[in-house]
Amino acid sequence: MADTAIRMDKAAPSARRKQQKNVGRLPRAAVHHPWWFALPAVAVFVAFFLVPNLLNFYYPFTNWSSYHADVAFTGLDNFKTVVNDGSLLRAIRTTLLYAALAALFQNGFGLGLAMLLEEDTRFNRFFRAVFFLPVLISALAVGYVFQALLDQDGAVNSVLGTDVPWLGSTTWTLVLVSAIHGWKWMGLSMLIYLAGLKGIPGDMLEAARMDGAGPWRTFRSVRWPMLAPAVTFNVTTALIGSMNTFDIVQATTGGGPASSTEVFNIYMFRVFGQGLYAQASTMSLVLFLIVVAIAIPLVIGLRRREQML
Amino acid sequence: MSAVSAVSGTGSSGPRLWRFGRPALVLLLAGLAVGVPLWLVLVTSAKPQGEAVKPNLALPHRWQPAQNYADAMSQGEMLRGLFNSLAVVVPSVVLVLILGAGAAWVFARRTSKLVSAAYALTISGLLLPPAVITIVMELRQFGLANTRPGMIAVYTGMYLSTSIFFMTGFIRSIPAELEEAARVDGAKPLRIFLRIILPLLRPVIATATIMVMLYAWSDVFYAFFVLGGGDAATLPINLYQVAGAQLYLNNWHLIFAYVVVMSLPMVAVFLVAQRKIVSGITSGAVK
Repeated sequence: MADTAIRMDKAAPSARRKQQKNVGRLPRAAVHHPWWFALPAVAVFVAFFLVPNLLNFYYPFTNWSSYHADVAFTGLDNFKTVVNDGSLLRAIRTTLLYAALAALFQNGFGLGLAMLLEEDTRFNRFFRAVFFLPVLISALAVGYVFQALLDQDGAVNSVLGTDVPWLGSTTWTLVLVSAIHGWKWMGLSMLIYLAGLKGIPGDMLEAARMDGAGPWRTFRSVRWPMLAPAVTFNVTTALIGSMNTFDIVQATTGGGPASSTEVFNIYMFRVFGQGLYAQASTMSLVLFLIVVAIAIPLVIGLRRREQML
Repeated sequence: MSAVSAVSGTGSSGPRLWRFGRPALVLLLAGLAVGVPLWLVLVTSAKPQGEAVKPNLALPHRWQPAQNYADAMSQGEMLRGLFNSLAVVVPSVVLVLILGAGAAWVFARRTSKLVSAAYALTISGLLLPPAVITIVMELRQFGLANTRPGMIAVYTGMYLSTSIFFMTGFIRSIPAELEEAARVDGAKPLRIFLRIILPLLRPVIATATIMVMLYAWSDVFYAFFVLGGGDAATLPINLYQVAGAQLYLNNWHLIFAYVVVMSLPMVAVFLVAQRKIVSGITSGAVK
């Protein structure tokens, strides 16, 4: 009895204060832009993006699979498995190499096309759209197209009259597949580089020409530094995007030959299909950590470079 | 003497050569890099199976596009796939836009620590990979595994970051006085949001629509995990299954008929909204 009385006493003033606050005392921002406008988005994001990523820090340490009825904690067993059979190191190496090469190809192709099609003519506008076409086609379809081209019985060998197993090399196929990735996304990079080039003031280029700078010198000293924001965006998105690659690799090589193109997502897909969910989750966690470890310094570094140039 | 004349020679003939060399180079590159793959797809999709077993760039001896496209339709469950694709992509895009716009409005206009923390959290999806394996675990517990609502929830969660990021940046560039004026006239927040903010967001909405549609329409990885190959399979999953039959018989003619039909909607959307897409993509990326 006494207890409740005390509590009631305590509650009363605070409730009164709250009521007062509600009457016209809410900060203006809260009245004009109420938080509940943001709530649904935050809720969906937390439920279907954040929570799975948090769960991903627990399930790699369990024996969750289609072979057990319940999920039990097993410590580092999954990590030991993927380290000992070599698949972890291979996936890391393959994915990083693929991402670096794909980013290189995508940006190289994109920048080259942007320089070629810089002038705003009808001819150039048409061909910008042509080079954007691969972006619109699904990556899986792109993979099949290139399989048909590069298969040993495929179109490239039939045109060249050769018999090269383009997709059968344990060394070069990875390079080739990442080049296909670069091909698929070069149109997007091109558009962003074009916007960057357009943002360079005309009198700056004029001044460079007056000073006797040739095309190469103008590129190195004026265009390239001025393109820094576009480079930041393109390199970051290309690297992160290609670390998450799946479709192109699956459709061209399926991870082969001899697992030489088995990037993280291919591994996860294969192992998940075998019912080894926790092991797939382990790889998913490692991929997450690698992306974080690369993305954060990359964004900071490229931002700093933008300011320096 | 001769060295000087040689230098000045290249100096004057360079640009002239380039004036013709540039379009020629563009044509050559476009032909090789885009023309050849496109040609292969179109030609092969019109060949009988016997001619398509070893894909090449030759014209078909016997044309049978109608039959191939009809076969791809029936064997690839194309109509069902099209319906399923639309049934997950359209709601995902709508949700990403509406939820994203609401959140972006608050994030752009309010300045408290909590708000900036929420903003940082919700745009983290721009860089972080979705945890696809545990998504499946979670959806099973909600009873959403292998269902369209589950797929829609996953796509929405994945692409909200993109739309919030682009829209917040855009709303910050809209003068607050526009809202102020409406507020003086007695408009409530919901009304201001619907009547002022949403219409002004049109250019970003166009871009976000395209980007999300592009990703979700062609996604096969997340769809594999969430939807599987059952009745809810989308077009890319069906394409994968058509190609999976490749092990037993070479059916390039069907694969490419399928690729053409699957790609047409995206190409059509691009052609219709080309200018908006291009300006949207570029203005958002380079700030």
